[in-house]
Amino acid sequence: MKISRREFIRLMGLAGAAGMLPGSAFSAMKRPGDLYEIPKFGNVCLLHMTDCHAQLNPIYFREPSVNLGVGGALGKAPHLVGEALLRHFNIAPDSIAAHALSYLNFDQAAQQYGRVGGFAHLASLVKRLRTERGDGNSLLLDGGDTWQGSGTAYWTRGKDMVGACNLLGVDVMTGHWEFTYLDKEIIENIGEFEGDFVAQNVGVNEVALFDYKFADFAGFSEDDGLAFKPYTMKEIGGVRVAVVGQAFPYTPIANPQRFIPDWTFGIQDDRMQKIINRVRENEQPDLLVVLSHNGMDVDLKMASRVSGIDVIFGGHTHDGMPAPSVVENKSGKTLVTNAGSNGKFLGVMDLDVREGRLQDFRYRLVPVFSNMLPADAEMQAYIDQVRAPYQEQLEEKLAVAEETLYRRGNFNGTFDQVICDALRSVNDAQISLSPGFRWGTSVLPGQAITMDNVMDQTCITYPETYRREMKGSEIKAILEDVSDNLFNADPYFQQGGDMVRVGGLDYVCEPNKTIGKRISSMTLDDGTPVDADKSYTVAGWATVGSQSPGRPIWDVVAEYLRDKKQIRIEKLNTPKLVGVEGNPGIAG
Amino acid sequence: MMNRKRRMLLQGSLTAGAIGVAVGAGLLTPGSVLAAWPEKAFKAKEMPEMLQELMGANVVEASDGINIKAPDIAENGAVVPVTVTTDIAGAQSIALIAVNNPAPLVASYDLGEGTEGFVSTRIKMGKSGDVVAVVNAGGKLYSAKKEVKVTIGGCGG
Amino acid sequence: MATNSIKIRAQLKDGVTTVKALMTHPMETGARKDKDGSMIPAHFIQEVSCEAAGKNVLTAYWSGGVSKNPYLSFKYSGANKGDVLKLSWTDNKGESATAEAEVS
Repeated sequence: MKISRREFIRLMGLAGAAGMLPGSAFSAMKRPGDLYEIPKFGNVCLLHMTDCHAQLNPIYFREPSVNLGVGGALGKAPHLVGEALLRHFNIAPDSIAAHALSYLNFDQAAQQYGRVGGFAHLASLVKRLRTERGDGNSLLLDGGDTWQGSGTAYWTRGKDMVGACNLLGVDVMTGHWEFTYLDKEIIENIGEFEGDFVAQNVGVNEVALFDYKFADFAGFSEDDGLAFKPYTMKEIGGVRVAVVGQAFPYTPIANPQRFIPDWTFGIQDDRMQKIINRVRENEQPDLLVVLSHNGMDVDLKMASRVSGIDVIFGGHTHDGMPAPSVVENKSGKTLVTNAGSNGKFLGVMDLDVREGRLQDFRYRLVPVFSNMLPADAEMQAYIDQVRAPYQEQLEEKLAVAEETLYRRGNFNGTFDQVICDALRSVNDAQISLSPGFRWGTSVLPGQAITMDNVMDQTCITYPETYRREMKGSEIKAILEDVSDNLFNADPYFQQGGDMVRVGGLDYVCEPNKTIGKRISSMTLDDGTPVDADKSYTVAGWATVGSQSPGRPIWDVVAEYLRDKKQIRIEKLNTPKLVGVEGNPGIAG
Repeated sequence: MMNRKRRMLLQGSLTAGAIGVAVGAGLLTPGSVLAAWPEKAFKAKEMPEMLQELMGANVVEASDGINIKAPDIAENGAVVPVTVTTDIAGAQSIALIAVNNPAPLVASYDLGEGTEGFVSTRIKMGKSGDVVAVVNAGGKLYSAKKEVKVTIGGCGG
Repeated sequence: MATNSIKIRAQLKDGVTTVKALMTHPMETGARKDKDGSMIPAHFIQEVSCEAAGKNVLTAYWSGGVSKNPYLSFKYSGANKGDVLKLSWTDNKGESATAEAEVS
C-alpha cells in the first residue's frame, strides 16, 4: 500500500479545502456542492457511520476541549483538541470544517451552521454518494452504538433504529450499546436487521455452551464458540471485500453483564489474526477491512499487532478524525479511522483496488449539516411515524439553557453538571456520581431544554438511581478505577469512556500516574477535605453490577429542570489537573 | 434425603441426556478425601512454601512453553476463565495460583499418562494481579504468568 | 440449593478427547459473610478425579478459589468412541458425586 506522508498532506489539504467556504450560513448553503462534491476515485467506496446513538433527528454536538493522550498517545491523533487539532490536520481556522471538528467558537458557529446529523439528511447524502459511485460499487458500514441513545430507541428496544438502518441501507454492522438490551431482544433485532451483524470477539462462554439458548441463531458457530458471524464477504464492483467485525471488547464490564449472561467479549487479537489468516487463505479477498468498536487507541495498538488488515474503520471513542492514522505492522500498513458520533459525520473512503490488493485511497470525513442536505422524504416519514407516539412527551420544554450544555470531554461537561446537580438536589446528597459517557447532544444558549435532550443524555436500559452512604475511601477507589480505564498507558486496558462525573466534589488528578496514585486532595464543594474513613451521602445512577432501587435518572433530571426553569452552571466540578502542561489534548 | 438428592442428580443427567450421562452419588468419609488434598499448600501465602508442599521443590524457571489464556480485564472477578496450555515434555502437574488472592493456590492438576498439557477452569479473583501457572515436569518447575485486571466497572463510551 | 448435578461432555477429534464438565456446587471459601454479617462456612469441592476406560487421566485439587458451579476442561489421547469417561468429585464436607459420559 503506497501511502506517503506527502499523500497525507495532500489529503489533509482536501479536508482543509472544505474549510475555505465563506463564513456565513447563507453563502455556505448556497454552495453546498463544495462540501458534498466528493470526486470519485478508484473502484470501491466504503461509507462508514458509527456511534450515531439513535439520533434520528438533527442535533447539536460540541466536540471536546479535553481529550488527553497519555503514554505513547501523547500529542497524537485522536488526542488533540481545538487549535492543536486544526494545525495537525491543516484545517483553516473559523471554517465550517473547524466548526465540525472542534469545540472552537462553538456557540456562535452552531447558530450559524445549524444542526448536524439526522437520518433523513444522512440518507440524502448516502443516496447521493451511492448513486454517484454507481450501483453495487459501495458498502455502507455501521460501527454500532446505533440502537441506544434516544427515548424512542429505549421505548422500542432499539427497533426504531433497526428499521431506520434498513431504510438507510446499512450493509454491515457491529455493536456495543446494542448489547445493553436483553440477549433475546438483541437476537431478535439482528434477525430483523437486513445487513450482516459481525463480531469476531463475542464468544459464548464455556458454561452456556452446554445448553445454549440461541443454538438455532444463524450466526452462531458451535465449533468456534462464537455467538455471531465473525466476518462477511461482499462483492463490490468486481472486488472481493472481507469485513471483519470487532464489537466493543469490554461490554460486560462497562455495561451490565446480567442482560447478556451467555456472552464473553475481550479484544481477542490472537483470534483476530487467526480469522484474518483464514479469510485471506480461504476467501481470497482483494480488500480486508475491520469494522471496529474498539475505540481509536485500542485500534491503533491492534493495528500494530495484527497484520493483514487494510483498513480499520473505528468508532466508540467518538473521535472525528479528518484523516486516517497509518500504522506499520509485520505485513505492511494499516489505516485507522474514527468517524465521530451522533450522526454528525459520514466517513467516505474511495479505494483503488486492483491486482488483488489496495493500491491507493482517498478519505474524507464528511460533516452532515442538515441545512445543507435535503431531508430524504421516505426517511423523514419513517422518523415522524416512529416519534409520533412519544412526540408530546419528548417535546416538553423543561427549562431554558442560559449557556451551552454539553457532555463530551474527559471531565464534567456542563450537561453532566446539570445531571450531577439534579442528583444531589433531588436526593439531598452531599456528592453525586454520573457516568462519563461520550454520547449526549448539546443545547445552545437561549434554547429550551426538552425531554428529548434529557433522554439524549441519560437514556440507557439501567437508568435507576441510588442514594447511599459511601466512605471517602470508597469514593476514591471509584475515581481511581475509572481514571485507570481512561488513562492507563496501555490502550488495551482503556475502556473508551471518559472520567466519572462528580457533583459536590473537587479533586486533583494526575493522569500520568498509575492506578491508586492519580487522585488526591478530594474536597467537598465548601472546601472540607474528604475523610477516607468518614461516610458521605452519594447519589448516582447507571449501576453496572446490579439494579439500583431509585427512579430513572431522566425523571430526576426532568423534575430538577422543571423546578429550576433557568439553567446556569454555578460551578463546574472539574478536577485540578497536574502534569498535563503542554498536552495538546487540553484547550490552552 | 439421599433419595431426593439422587433424583435431582438424575434430573441433572437428563439435561445432558443426549450424550448419555449416568450419575451416582455417595457420601464418602471425609478422611478418605483429606488424605490426598494438599492442605498446607492451599494454606500457604508465599509461593516457595506452597510449591515445596505441593511439588516438592521451590525453584521455578520462567518458561515460554507455558501459555496462560485469561482476560486482560476480568468480565467478572468471581468468574475468571483461565486456560493453561503447556508443551513442556513430561509435564506431570499444573498448579494455578492467583497471587493476590487471600489463599493464592487455587487449583492443582495431576495429569495422567496420555493427558495433554491443557487445563481450563474458572477462578475467583478479589483484585487485580498475576495469575501464575507452575508446571512440574520430572521434579523441575516451570512457570508463566498473566496479569488480570479486576475492575469495579467503568463507564462505556 | 446444591443439587450436585454434573454435566459432562467428551468429544473425540483427531485422536484427542476433549472433556468439558460443569459441576453444580456453591464453592464457598469460608471467608465470606452473608447479609446478616455472619460467616458462611467453607463448602467447596476439594478433589475431582477423572477416569477414562478405567484409567486415571486427571486429578484436580481445588480450593474455594475456584468459581461457583465449577467448570473443568482437559484433553487426553488414546480414547475410542464409546469409551466411558467417569468424573467424581468430593467436597470438604465429604459429599460427593459422580457422572459418566460416553466419548462421542
